[in-house]
Amino acid sequence: MGRFILRRLSHGLAVLLAVATLTFVLMHITPGGPFDREQRLPPQVMANLYAKYHLDQPLWKQYLLYLKGLMRGDLGPSYKYLHRTVTDIIASTLPVSGLLGILALGFAIVVSLPMGLLAAYYHNSWADRWCLFLATLGISLPNFILGGMLIWFFSLQLGWFQAGRWGSPASMVLPTITLGAAPAAYLSYLLRSTLIETLGEDYIRTARAKGLKETVVLFKHAMRNSINPILTVMGPLLAALVTGSFVVEYIFAIPGMGRFFITAVTDRDYPMIMGVTLVYSALLVGANLAVDMLYSVTDPRVKTQ
Amino acid sequence: MVAKKRFEELWQRLRQNQVALWSLAFIVLVVLSSSLVSLLSPYSPGGLDEAHILERPSLSHWMGTDGLGRDLLTRILYGARVSLTVGVGTTLLALVIGTAYGLLSGYARPRVDNFLMRIVDIFYSLPDLLVFILLSLVLGRNVIGLLVSLAIVTWVRFARITRGEVLHIKESVYVEGARAIGASHARIILRHILPNIMGPILVTLTFMIPGVILAESTLSFIGLGINDPYGNWGTSWGTLAQDGWRAMRTYPHVIFFPAMAIFLTILSFNFLGNTLRDASDPKDRMK
Repeated sequence: MGRFILRRLSHGLAVLLAVATLTFVLMHITPGGPFDREQRLPPQVMANLYAKYHLDQPLWKQYLLYLKGLMRGDLGPSYKYLHRTVTDIIASTLPVSGLLGILALGFAIVVSLPMGLLAAYYHNSWADRWCLFLATLGISLPNFILGGMLIWFFSLQLGWFQAGRWGSPASMVLPTITLGAAPAAYLSYLLRSTLIETLGEDYIRTARAKGLKETVVLFKHAMRNSINPILTVMGPLLAALVTGSFVVEYIFAIPGMGRFFITAVTDRDYPMIMGVTLVYSALLVGANLAVDMLYSVTDPRVKTQ
Repeated sequence: MVAKKRFEELWQRLRQNQVALWSLAFIVLVVLSSSLVSLLSPYSPGGLDEAHILERPSLSHWMGTDGLGRDLLTRILYGARVSLTVGVGTTLLALVIGTAYGLLSGYARPRVDNFLMRIVDIFYSLPDLLVFILLSLVLGRNVIGLLVSLAIVTWVRFARITRGEVLHIKESVYVEGARAIGASHARIILRHILPNIMGPILVTLTFMIPGVILAESTLSFIGLGINDPYGNWGTSWGTLAQDGWRAMRTYPHVIFFPAMAIFLTILSFNFLGNTLRDASDPKDRMK
């Protein structure tokens, strides 16, 4: 187990380094610089700014400088928000994005469990067909459209929730549903198909023949063996939550990392772009590692060597 | 011959499914009307018509007009060309790269295969929307730039699926037979392996097109995608939705129709994909 974790960790570090390099290169070959204004700054000011942020150095030197800072956990200064470092900004925005992501994941699980169970248990019934239909609908609805619909109906027409002003629990309802809907649909679809397969296994028939209660058969025998396929998609699912949070933060004006990334891209705020990309990648790598380790807990047949 | 028979079988399955048929019909309708838009619509997608700003749907403007008085239906059909071109084009490009890569990786020696798959793993652990945004900045925020950047992000899906199938089929008796009578590697790959993995690839293809359309429209919606208000190829459905977003409070129709276009198209592709997947799943076919 120890060796497995170590190997995966080094693999994760390699991925992060690849992400850092790729982002760095892409950023710098993109036309436009961080201090391009409509009214051009005087050349002396430009030169000073470039010198201050080492932008006058050759690219490889800038890259090494960045990596050196990264080793010490220093993500550099923000070009846009003077007096604030990227680490500062991320420290204040990551909890917001994280909370949104966790709420959405919770929503997805709470919705998909009963839906998937119902559909699988009453396979080929009208309930099954409805769940399938709803799931396809949920996967097909882009979250900016769903968010727009929710705002239009619940905020503008009914006035139940305020759109925007992240903070109070009420303000989190609509963003959570918006972000969680597609993962909920995806999960219930997956749960349904794996459960249907599991319920057809011999040991389920045996369990029933023994006279076990249906609830025991369903929750103890069937559910337990349907968990692994769901764990497998957790990685991509988290990625979907991450990318989805960009849009949801944008729509609901939530002060999270995704919104900062969007403005950083338009402003060419290099350290900010790097910082957010790296944090998101680290989250993904960490989540995938956690999922792999959970495998060995839920399924003893998986060896982690 | 086998492939032809399988497509006939697929078509049979499709015909039995009402929802899939309607989906197919809708996609065909969108494709046809958007390619013929300059003949069908009396309006131009650009320009300014001060007399008809933000009109609600009427007989002369079926979906109303936008903030510059342009006919919304016409704009949506021009947008359809952009969104569909990006969706289908990206998928085809990703298909070619990914399938070739997957065939190579699955067919090669385990050591080469391992190395090639490590690269795929790295692509898989990237936060794809972020990479996509950065790539599109470099390659240009137009149809071609977005198409290529999306393909760079998505080809790994085809690579993974193809490779998995190849590993499986490589061991089958008929491939061994072909090798025994001295068929070349190229012949084995192209004649014996490729035709037999078309099913899963087709299913992936059908699901990827709506995924790409979604990604492109999302990006255009947040203002980082296609936006060239003066060109005929500069407005996608996402751009239109972004336009409508600002006027949503007072003129909901400006966002309603582009949103519906995106939603119904993605939905149709997904319904179609579901049917194809069920049809190509051997477990299901036996019933």
